[in-house]
Amino acid sequence: MKIDLSQKKVKDAFVEKVQEISGQNLMACYQCGKCSAGCPAVGQMDILPNQIIRLAQLGLKDRLLESGAIWICESCMMCNTRCPKGIDIAEVIETLRLILLRKRIDHVQIENLTEEERSTVPAIALVSNFRKFTS
Amino acid sequence: MKISYYPGCTLKSSAKNFEDSTLFSLQQLGVEVEELPRWNCCGTVFSLATDDLFHHVAPIRNLLRAKEQNSGELMTLCSMCYNTLKRANERVKRDPESLDKINKFMDNERIDYEGDVRVVHLLELLRDDMNFDMLRQHVVKPLRNLRVASYYGCLLVRPRGIGLDDAENPTVLENCVSAIGAEPVDFPYKNECCAAYQTVDKPDIVADRAFQILTSAQSLGADVVVVSCPLCAFNLDHRQKETIRKYPEFKHIPILYFTQLLALALGSSEKELRLDLHYADPKPLLSERGFI
Repeated sequence: MKIDLSQKKVKDAFVEKVQEISGQNLMACYQCGKCSAGCPAVGQMDILPNQIIRLAQLGLKDRLLESGAIWICESCMMCNTRCPKGIDIAEVIETLRLILLRKRIDHVQIENLTEEERSTVPAIALVSNFRKFTS
Repeated sequence: MKISYYPGCTLKSSAKNFEDSTLFSLQQLGVEVEELPRWNCCGTVFSLATDDLFHHVAPIRNLLRAKEQNSGELMTLCSMCYNTLKRANERVKRDPESLDKINKFMDNERIDYEGDVRVVHLLELLRDDMNFDMLRQHVVKPLRNLRVASYYGCLLVRPRGIGLDDAENPTVLENCVSAIGAEPVDFPYKNECCAAYQTVDKPDIVADRAFQILTSAQSLGADVVVVSCPLCAFNLDHRQKETIRKYPEFKHIPILYFTQLLALALGSSEKELRLDLHYADPKPLLSERGFI
């Protein structure tokens, strides 16, 4: 895969926006990989939590916003607990979801859920799913 | 002892077994529970963005209700409610400006919230306000030889500073299990996420996770797994239907709220356990052991 790196991207407003909404200092990450080692969801992720942080440092916005991984993360906070640099990775991933959701780009289309799907799961599942995956 | 109680959405429906068994247990332990006369959904998940104050209004409004009851403490049972209420509370305590904004937004309320209500989980009440030795003295039916794996999931123990026990190796549930005469089974997946709300649109992931978590507990000899969250309960119990479809070698295992075992040990009848709400039926095991 070709990765196009440039000063322009690193200094892009996107990096600043991610840091501001998440409240995290992306540059603190030194790629130890503990977040990905502890993450229970890596099996389903196309890019891993430590790679998400690296791509965010480099301002590779499209690669991040097109990834499936940001919708696989379930904010279980294992990565945050283990980061030796005190970065809240789950907050960064939430921010990436929010950048899309705030443009009304939903991950879950409520109207497409079947009656059976909606009636089988408890209220707590529906509320949390819609909070995380819909605008 | 008297305490204000916030049930949250699911405790009144699919987790009625959690609520009924808790109310019975606390009555046996001499704790008077006063449910908030008005409460709203806490939002279930704490917003992780710095600029999303609006989503903290719902939890803060519930804390205000406790204050209206002249109560300095609000007890929750559900791990997600506990986490959301407690994190929102800590957030406004740390940041008076955001508290002021939320108070101004809630201009239909008679009083302001001042960050002065403490959010407590039932497990903290049992461990800190009472203690497990005292609990042990109230046990009328020790659950001897029942091997119990305690599943914490995420939000009861994470993040650090919010969780009610050590984030990596919590023991409060095991200590509770010991106090009621059962045998705790330690297992490595006890704080690994059940995949939570992915259960709505990606149940397949939940089936994988349930298989991993439950077979680990089974391999270490657990008869049952106890939980403290209605979403964990749904994923580990009801999603066993999808788990066995995907992994035919999987064997069902009953999932109980820790309060259901507590109620049994404190002398409850089957009525308070609401075993009709379970998918993997706990009745054969509990009756075979002579507990019901």
